[in-house]
Amino acid sequence: MPAEYRLILKHLDEPGYEPTLACYLRHGGYSVLRRVLALEPRVSPEGKTLSPQEQLRQEVSLSGLRGRGGAGFSTGMKWSLVDRKSGKPIYLICNADESEPGTFKDRQIIHKDPHQLLEGMVVSAYANDVHLAYIYIRGEFPQGAKILNQAISEAKAAGYLGKNILGSGYDLEIYVHRGAGAYICGEETGLIESLEGKRPYPRIKPPYFPAVLGLYQCPTIVNNVETLCAVKHVIEMGGAEYAKLGTPNNTGTRIVSLSGCVWRPGYYEIEVGKATLRDLIFDPAFGGGLRDGRKLKAIIPGGVSAKVFKAGEKVKLKARNADGREVEQEVDVLDLPYDFTSLIAAGSMSGSSAIIVLDDSVDIVEALANISEFFAHESCGQCTPCREGSLWMAKALHRMTHGEGRAMDADYLARIADNIPGGRTICAFGEACSWPVQSFVAKFKEEFVAKGKADEERRSASRQPADVPSAP
Amino acid sequence: MAITSSPTARATGSPADVLTVTVNGRPITVPRTQPDWEGRMVPTTMIQACEAAGVTVPHYCYHPRLPVAGNCRMCLVEYGVPALGPDRQPLRNPDGSLIINKSPRPAIACATPVSAGMAIYTDTPNVKAMREGVLEFLLINHPLDCPICDQAGECKLQEYSLEYGQAASRFVETKVHKPKAVDLGPRIMLDDERCILCTRCIRFTRDVVKDDALGIVNRGSYNTIAAYPGRQFDNNYTLNTVDICPVGALTSKDFRFKMRVWFLKETKSVCTSCARGCNTLIGSRENVIYRLTPRDNPEVNQSWMCDVGRLNYKWIGREDRLREVRARGSGNTGWTGALGEIARRLRAAPQGSVALIASARLTNEELYLLGLLARHLGAITDSIPRTGDFDHILVQADKNPNSAGARLLGLAAEPMGSRLPAIADGIRAGAIRTLLVFGEDVTSRGVSTDLLARLETLVVSDVLPNPTTAAAHFLLPGCAAAEKRGSFTNFKNRVQRFQKAVEPPGDARPEVEFLADLVTAVTGRKLPTSIEGLFNHMASSVPAFAGLTWAELGDLGQPLKTELART
Ligand SMILES: Cc1cc2nc3c(=O)[nH]c(=O)nc-3n(C[C@H](O)[C@H](O)[C@H](O)COP(=O)(O)O)c2cc1C
Ligand code: SF4
Ligand code: SF4
Ligand code: SF4
Ligand code: FES
Repeated sequence: MPAEYRLILKHLDEPGYEPTLACYLRHGGYSVLRRVLALEPRVSPEGKTLSPQEQLRQEVSLSGLRGRGGAGFSTGMKWSLVDRKSGKPIYLICNADESEPGTFKDRQIIHKDPHQLLEGMVVSAYANDVHLAYIYIRGEFPQGAKILNQAISEAKAAGYLGKNILGSGYDLEIYVHRGAGAYICGEETGLIESLEGKRPYPRIKPPYFPAVLGLYQCPTIVNNVETLCAVKHVIEMGGAEYAKLGTPNNTGTRIVSLSGCVWRPGYYEIEVGKATLRDLIFDPAFGGGLRDGRKLKAIIPGGVSAKVFKAGEKVKLKARNADGREVEQEVDVLDLPYDFTSLIAAGSMSGSSAIIVLDDSVDIVEALANISEFFAHESCGQCTPCREGSLWMAKALHRMTHGEGRAMDADYLARIADNIPGGRTICAFGEACSWPVQSFVAKFKEEFVAKGKADEERRSASRQPADVPSAP
Repeated sequence: MAITSSPTARATGSPADVLTVTVNGRPITVPRTQPDWEGRMVPTTMIQACEAAGVTVPHYCYHPRLPVAGNCRMCLVEYGVPALGPDRQPLRNPDGSLIINKSPRPAIACATPVSAGMAIYTDTPNVKAMREGVLEFLLINHPLDCPICDQAGECKLQEYSLEYGQAASRFVETKVHKPKAVDLGPRIMLDDERCILCTRCIRFTRDVVKDDALGIVNRGSYNTIAAYPGRQFDNNYTLNTVDICPVGALTSKDFRFKMRVWFLKETKSVCTSCARGCNTLIGSRENVIYRLTPRDNPEVNQSWMCDVGRLNYKWIGREDRLREVRARGSGNTGWTGALGEIARRLRAAPQGSVALIASARLTNEELYLLGLLARHLGAITDSIPRTGDFDHILVQADKNPNSAGARLLGLAAEPMGSRLPAIADGIRAGAIRTLLVFGEDVTSRGVSTDLLARLETLVVSDVLPNPTTAAAHFLLPGCAAAEKRGSFTNFKNRVQRFQKAVEPPGDARPEVEFLADLVTAVTGRKLPTSIEGLFNHMASSVPAFAGLTWAELGDLGQPLKTELART
């Protein structure tokens, strides 16, 4: 029976659980930090002496933890790429900009269990010789910023943060920085620019890899709120133990934000890959199914940037059969295990692990128009294809949802969208804004064409000249 | 106008310092590192390698003298890197060529470093499609009013659309409207609808001028270039943004709508407004100068010039320009009459009775001739210092374009102007009876009109009237630098030549021409008549200029070769 596996969310919804230090300590809080600060250098089986920091980083590598912010990049690998020889300070930034539509997990932690995040950050900072860390919190989360600041002052007063943490001689300051109110501030290099006080224009890579030339041109680690909390659990359990949660290459737990046309929208922590999309949408432990009489139409599996799945869509997955041979299996999208690799193999992604469920009451063109309007508003406008393409698509969809559609608009949209992604832009927003259009139009083409045709017929029947030519 | 020549690659030849890549299959060896916009050595980029291979990569935001932004995406190319075997050694085809792993994603040529064995492709169907895509995106919200746009003829959008674009746009939505005719500052107008948001102007003023005056407001397709609220874009370098703007968004208030650029004749020249000698192009048509623009010279002014220097050309066409030869008492006797009489008087002048004040705005060749004359006559000489504001970018405090020449050719005192009191005293005492003034108003420099009135002979050459020209017995109308050929020696002892763009008014003649006649008439020495010959003659007889020839000066000039120059 699929069920929630609450690791990060373990306590925060318990009755009486408060975002205070006292409550956190009553639940065993900061004991991992205490253990971490007491670590001694250790000689590895190969005879190499490992510093406490190296031991911690090794555990994180061993855990197989993948970033929970969107890209699913290995955290151990990210940390190993940090330039530790530059002589410059290393910064840690917690990405709390949570703005991918459909995503509402990080804010639960921030609001209800801020000390868990702080403990995860101190441990991660210690593991990376960081003495200055930032929490870049979405501008629209003023209450979250207040709670974090309150937690930081409590933690400092009690010696869990600030100078000489728990008498160890280790210093760390954490500052909360409120975001500038734009989705692109969540892209890690845009975030860094914003933190430096500039427009959040994502940086070109090369040369500005954060691990080498990040904040103030110093080596910088950017990790998501949930990722940093997971680090605490990795260290608590040990990397190998943590890796037993979830499935190979998709280890640990993940908080899924489920929304849309289901009975029980909400956030659910699962072992990665141990529940399928079907479980998450239909199982009473999760979404509890669609409303009465409704049929599933589409699933956006990883935030609105992710390519949509059509109900009934079959995808081919590689799997190993009993004798270890690789075989190709055809599965219904609903039977995809909810993890990083399966969703990518199925042509989409788990992204920020936000599942949006659309039933047959939803007009697919309206849905895409809504998504595209968001992206047109949020493009930073740096790169030509994203800047112009995102608004172009939004305008076309606005036109289509206001009675001015054309039968050819499906192709028209696809051709615009095809010119944006695939490395044509500085940051992944180019993909984020074009993938929904490409996938909606490809998978629901008949609806786009039907809508456009209907508009054309209505217009010619009323002999009203359209504002726009019907063919170029 | 966009200046896009990149700092020249300096291959040193040592295998450690170079690497070989292929561009569309053709191998090319490039240095591993090259100077960036600040002169720091950084890895060679794809666009530089392509340029070395003679392959143009279209680009908007990239400018070799600005930090790389990578935002326009016009320079996207495909590439691959050598496939490696298990031993980390490159794998080869049977014919010995490297096996290339083609990258699934394109890269921007302007920012991506090359590596050994890399294969760059600029002519694949994908690259073509990406360029078409970018151009279409740039054009959908562009006004498409080229016939009334001032940039027409030197617009990169127009040019690339013809070369790399598709004929018809599919866009049927309403365009984004943005502010037009925005008054950014005293010299600059902005049409935001034409702007393609390449940020060249922002980077130039922020990073080169260190004046963070421009920025972008709004988001996405509504992004709009603007000056900082409540501030004027008014530093001394603003007009360079007009040059580097690849489209017609930024225009010079001075030049806009005055002349279609394709009618302009462009003449290589040098700015005369300070001792740096920024290299320029004079844009003229039918003997009228319409604009000056900077000409790239890495040793002098990179791609830039200051606004003051750029706009200092209007006086050349002034109505009151001196245009007639005058000999007091005998009216307009013409060049032959005046020069004959001056020569006669100078031949008769006793040694030590002549003084010469020669402007440090004259050319090396003119000053050389005046030096010959002065030494023959045993004349006391000096030049007139002219100083003003300076900055740490280009502008020099010394406002003379040829102070170094005046010093090296022995005319200016050290410090310049320090012999002027002696000249005034000499006139007052009656020892100096003849004064030659070339290109200066000496009445404001301690040689008053009263003193001038005591002279037996006052010979003045200038281009505009002033109290000194009014007092002249002989007035010889001269030329602006734009009206003649010659060379200046700048504050770093770099000798730079300039060409003639327009004809002088009336009877005015280049000083170098009539001075050669005069020197011959006074001294009996035969001198070369061509500017080339004269320069080479000077170089062979003045040690400071030894080893230089007019031809070798080229368009970018040459530093003096001698030790003497360095003192
Ligand atoms: C357009 C865009 C928006 C993003 N927004 C967020 C965000 O709100 N929160 C987040 O954690 N990561 C976001 N990311 C991903 C970050 O760039 C980065 O990969 C992440 O913070 C790394 O943390 P992780 O390795 O712990 O996942 C965004 C990426 C893009 C391209
Ligand atoms: S892809 Fe879009 S959001 Fe990202 S840098 Fe380019 S314009 Fe900005
Ligand atoms: S005004 Fe010109 S230089 Fe400035 S961003 Fe626009 S197009 Fe580029
Ligand atoms: S810096 Fe000097 S030489 Fe250059 S343009 Fe300005 S005035 Fe002319
Ligand atoms: S020239 Fe603009 S991205 Fe390279």
